[in-house]
Amino acid sequence: MEKFLLRNTEHPNSADLDAYIKAGGYKALAKSFADKPSDVIDEIKKAGLRGRGGAGFPTGIKWSFAAADPKKPRYVVCNADEGEPGTFKDKPILEKNPHLLIEGMCISGYALEAEYGYIYLRGEYPHAKVILDGAIQQAYDKGFLGDDILGKGVRFHLVVHQGAGAYICGEETALIESLEGKRGQPRKRPPFPVNEGFLGKPTVVNNVETIANIPYIVQIGADKYSQIGNPDCPGPKLFSVSGHVKKPGVYELPMGTSLREIIYDHCGGITGDKALKAVIPGGITTPVLPADSIDCPMDFVNMPKHGSMLGSGAVMVFDETVDLVKVCRRAIRFLEHESCGKCTPCREGVGWLRSILDRVAGGSGRNGDIDLLLEVSKNIMGKTFCPLGDGAAGVVQSFVKHFRSEFEVHVNNAVSVAS
Amino acid sequence: MLSDKALNEIHLIKSKYQDSRSCLLPSLYVVQKENGWISPAAMETVGELLSVPDATVKGVATFYSMFRREAMGRHLIQLCTNVACMIMGAERLVDILRDKYGLQPNGTSADGRFSLVIMECIGACDAAPAMLVDADLHGNINENTIMATLDKYA
Repeated sequence: MEKFLLRNTEHPNSADLDAYIKAGGYKALAKSFADKPSDVIDEIKKAGLRGRGGAGFPTGIKWSFAAADPKKPRYVVCNADEGEPGTFKDKPILEKNPHLLIEGMCISGYALEAEYGYIYLRGEYPHAKVILDGAIQQAYDKGFLGDDILGKGVRFHLVVHQGAGAYICGEETALIESLEGKRGQPRKRPPFPVNEGFLGKPTVVNNVETIANIPYIVQIGADKYSQIGNPDCPGPKLFSVSGHVKKPGVYELPMGTSLREIIYDHCGGITGDKALKAVIPGGITTPVLPADSIDCPMDFVNMPKHGSMLGSGAVMVFDETVDLVKVCRRAIRFLEHESCGKCTPCREGVGWLRSILDRVAGGSGRNGDIDLLLEVSKNIMGKTFCPLGDGAAGVVQSFVKHFRSEFEVHVNNAVSVAS
Repeated sequence: MLSDKALNEIHLIKSKYQDSRSCLLPSLYVVQKENGWISPAAMETVGELLSVPDATVKGVATFYSMFRREAMGRHLIQLCTNVACMIMGAERLVDILRDKYGLQPNGTSADGRFSLVIMECIGACDAAPAMLVDADLHGNINENTIMATLDKYA
């Protein structure tokens, strides 16, 4: 497949404006200005683009909700907080193809008649901050941002807003709170951000990769775009692959590529040619899958049928030597640390999960601990404002479901040592 | 309390945002860049500059793990131990930092050279285990290379 999102990124100066223009950049921006804003929204809708942050919500529909709200001004916010462990798919765009993101933001601003855009960038990417700030300045200097873009009287301003190490701010309402200078705690929905977002105004929040798809759709047209990958959720998809594969990294592949193809064809198989034990397919909060489930197509439609989710497309690969109880414990420790504390089932329950897992992984598990894990996770699932609590419950449930025998070995050894 | 340069930076930030409260996180970053951490007095100054109550500034500064509320060593090591780094041996690196530099997580070495913070994924999983030293990313580090890497930071 021809690369678009990662096009040109192997070139040493790919982040530079001249290199981007030479590779055909900012042509989609000019093309979009020839259409009415509402036509651009219709084209995105027709393309079938679904949000790449994890939820998979149809982007064109989200845009049309915001465009239908009469409140002004409107805002466009790019979620560049990719904090889901295992996820580094947006980093090559931020660091090596920043003008693609800027062009996408500018087209989004035009389509939504928004004059201000923000890129909420995770604090852990200081290098990307420098690159983005530099690229934005270049775009201002050349008239791709500002008060009179391309001499067409279009106004759009763009600022990079740096997060400060809170995973929860990847959730869009917490992100907006953080952008407003508050603690990053999720808001009750409705009202949704498309109606009452940043400063109470209609706000579209889209992931970096989603925004980076916009120039592509404008450039090749919705008809051609919708033929890439799975027709139900088309387009290219970035996969960040880590763990025990020979060639970890970020891969741009058609939506719906199977885990097997990603792991064995693109990443060269398992390190040291060991046996595969498990895969977390879409970032740490997506349910783990056993080795015999890797023929599933990685897309929003098919992954739930196979008991997991596409999530952010962060594929974490575990070979036969990994102690999955320890992986589960580490994931839950993380989620306990990142729980914002607003909802009791998450704040308290995830702490209990961690405490039981510490006991089991640490060699002092008790009879009944495995069922207790399931019981506690059941009392978190569906009882919180945002998906963090659900994520923690789902992690525990999937690890126990597929690898219960590993938990039992830990518990049985502990019980036999104690007696 | 803050230098003229820092004050100017905060004024520049205010010109880019629609309201002053939204300038809080970027302004706290300006303070941290200048002083290495954010003192209670600096929080008060930022609150006055942005017309945000002192208690609100404190609430925000304490919510985000990357805002430092005590003086740090000359160099900040941010070592990831999340799953991708853990399975590649990050926990052994924590042991090495403790044994060789006397560094505890959230602590500073006795000579004030390094501070250590354990991170929750820094998005460098393809180069696990990984750490940030100040703003520099170091990937694929191991027991043999971590000392040589840190030796470059005086």
